[in-house]
Amino acid sequence: MIPLSAYTTVSAILFMTGLVGVLVRRNFIIVLMSVEIMMNAANINLVAFSHYLESMAGQLVALFIIAIAAGEAAVGLAIIIVVFRSKISTNVDEMNLLKW
Amino acid sequence: MIGMFFAYFAVVSIAAGVLTVSLRHPVHCALSLLVLLMHVSGLFILLNAEFLWAVQVIVYVGAILVLYLFVLMLMNLKTDERYFHPWALYILGPAVVGGGYVLSLLLRSPFDGAKGDTPAAAVLQDGNTYAVGIKMFSDHLLQFEIVGIFLLGAIIGAIVLAKTPKPLDRERERL
Repeated sequence: MIPLSAYTTVSAILFMTGLVGVLVRRNFIIVLMSVEIMMNAANINLVAFSHYLESMAGQLVALFIIAIAAGEAAVGLAIIIVVFRSKISTNVDEMNLLKW
Repeated sequence: MIGMFFAYFAVVSIAAGVLTVSLRHPVHCALSLLVLLMHVSGLFILLNAEFLWAVQVIVYVGAILVLYLFVLMLMNLKTDERYFHPWALYILGPAVVGGGYVLSLLLRSPFDGAKGDTPAAAVLQDGNTYAVGIKMFSDHLLQFEIVGIFLLGAIIGAIVLAKTPKPLDRERERL
C-alpha cells in the first residue's frame, strides 16, 4: 500500500517544476505548458485524496479542472496566434502593449 | 508490484516535467509534456480512477496537447539563444528551498480526515464510471452546467480572437 504522502510528494514536486517553468521560461507557449503541469499536479493531489478519504468529490473536481484546462488552452493559444500575427514573436518579455 | 508501478510512474512523470521546463526546442517540450500526461494517467489508474484515466488520455493528450502541437507547427518557431529569463538563477534557488520546506511538511503530516460515502469496495462493485456519473448528476449538477457554459464561452472567445481581421487587411493593402 502506497502512503498518501508519496502522492502528495510527487504532486508537490511537479507543482514546483511548473511554477519554476512559469517564472523562468520566456516562450509564451511553454509558459502555458508549465501551467498544464501545475494543473496535473493539482489533479494528482485531488485524486489521491479522493481515493484515500473514500469520497468521489475529488475526482469530480479533477474532471472540472481538465475541462477548464481545455478552455484555457484554446483561449490562450488563440491569444498567442493574434500576438504572433502582429509581432512575429512569442517572447513574453516583448508583450508589453498593455503595460502602464 | 504496485509500489514498483508507482515508482516508475512517479519518477518518469517528474523527469518529464523537468524536461518540459528545461528543453530548448518547443516541440521537444510538447513531446515531453505528452510523456508527463501519459504517466500521470498511469498514477490515476493506481488510484482506482479509471474514468479520469480515460478522460486524461482522450481530452488532455488527444485534444489539448494536439492543439499545442498544431499551434507550434503553425508558427514554426526558431529557438531563441537566450531562452531563459535573465533572473532564472535568482528564481530557481528560492524555489528549491521553498519546495524542500513544503516537502518536509508533507512527509510529516498524518493526512487524516473524515471519510466520505464511497469506499473502495462500493466503487469496485459498479465501476468507477458509474460512481462518478451518479455523483456528478446528483450532487454536482450545478457545477457541471457551469463548466458547460464556460466551455461555450471559451469556444466563442477562441473563434473571435483567432478570426482574421478583414478591414485591417484591406487598409494594409492600400498602404
